[in-house]
Amino acid sequence: MTIVGELINSSRKVVKEAVQNRDEKVIRELAKVQTDAGATFLDVNCGNMIHDEEEVMEWLVNTIQDEVEMPLCIDSPKASALEVGLNLCKFGRPMINSLSGEEGRYEAIVPLVKKFDAKIVVLCMDHTGMPVTSDDRMKVVDDLYAKLTKDGIKDDDMYFDPLVKPISSVTTAGKEVLDTVRKIKVKYPDVHFMCGLSNISYGLPNRSLLNRLFVVQTMTLGMDGYVLDPANSSMMADIVASTALHGQDSYCGGYIKAHRKGLLG
Amino acid sequence: MATLEQVSQCVVDGDVAGVQGIVKQLIDAKTPPMDIINKGLVAGMNIVAPLFKSGEMFVPEVMESAETMNKGMELVKPLILDTDMTTKGKIMIGTVNGDLHDIGKNLLIMMIESSGYTVIDLGVDVKEETFVSAIKEHQPDIVGMSSMLTTTMMKMESTVAEMVKGGVRDKVKVIIGGAPISPDFVDEVKADGYAEDASTAVELCDRMMASI
Repeated sequence: MTIVGELINSSRKVVKEAVQNRDEKVIRELAKVQTDAGATFLDVNCGNMIHDEEEVMEWLVNTIQDEVEMPLCIDSPKASALEVGLNLCKFGRPMINSLSGEEGRYEAIVPLVKKFDAKIVVLCMDHTGMPVTSDDRMKVVDDLYAKLTKDGIKDDDMYFDPLVKPISSVTTAGKEVLDTVRKIKVKYPDVHFMCGLSNISYGLPNRSLLNRLFVVQTMTLGMDGYVLDPANSSMMADIVASTALHGQDSYCGGYIKAHRKGLLG
Repeated sequence: MATLEQVSQCVVDGDVAGVQGIVKQLIDAKTPPMDIINKGLVAGMNIVAPLFKSGEMFVPEVMESAETMNKGMELVKPLILDTDMTTKGKIMIGTVNGDLHDIGKNLLIMMIESSGYTVIDLGVDVKEETFVSAIKEHQPDIVGMSSMLTTTMMKMESTVAEMVKGGVRDKVKVIIGGAPISPDFVDEVKADGYAEDASTAVELCDRMMASI
């Protein structure tokens, strides 16, 4: 299970202020909290710092790595900012978030995937727009999978993001994601998945209930990666329990360990 | 005997199935069509909007209410002249060049339209020059731009620049919104206003119209 800790993102007020004041303490603390809570990657996103994204990226990556020895998920739509971050990654193989079939984006990002031997998050969208149905998504997946394979990227390094949209706006949005995960899993059994969850519950009350159930539903169909707040202990408990129930936790070791640490509530 | 209050209540309840029956009865009873619109359908949305803002109603309910209002409108509209329809103003909305996200924009359009504005929806991925030619064609009071991606935020600036070049910048108010957008971005891209969500955007438009 891949858990990308989402908290170091400059669109969050606390991070934006820390960046502006170059307040290392806040960033170090966020890195530590997420690492302790079981994240397997830490996301680094400063895409809204339009005028000095590269400089901020450098400061964030260095600050995080001064505190924890974790692989990082370098998150930016801008190739130059990605390159700055990737160049500095010291611990394990980095992940790039993200690539898509949109014009120019594939060509800009793939050389970086190769140069830095990175894992890659692949969005199920292209220049034709945001997908609605699982079939729309599969067209993009088929196309990008073929291109990535031709470019020498291994299945094991691809993380497909089925693009979660709010059920408050399109009632079937959740079902289309579930169908997409199922179809990808059947057709390309060795690739991985990545998704941001919380979009699913936008516009509705009691969002955490929907988010938690959607983790279990998507995991049931083969989803194995999430961008989320690992400090959300109920969510992490659901993931640990669900992993065990799927027979992916040898001798239930992870489940029992989490229990002993008091992480299962 | 059907009443205008029942029409409002249908809108508040999102009673898509029931609204047309009641509106038909009112039409048969010779109720003035503009009353059905203003004191029935729109009055219902005027109850919905503050409930949404205060968190008592949720997105799907608001969408159902808007659909209910539109169902009622379908019956009434053929009975009125275009000149009878009063509008609070004309608002043009589009997602900037390169941005394909439409959920927030569509919600906003629904809220603005149901509060009494005429809306021109330019859709998603709207090129700079398209904004300009559409402003020339439709002459809106306010132009709203949304961006949901950090990659497309700066397209707001180039769109405003294109408006200046096309000589239409001073003929409209420009408002912006979207997930990565913050209030201080207004000055940066030389816009006139920012709203963080759909109901705030309606209030912003009301304030701007009062100052035009």
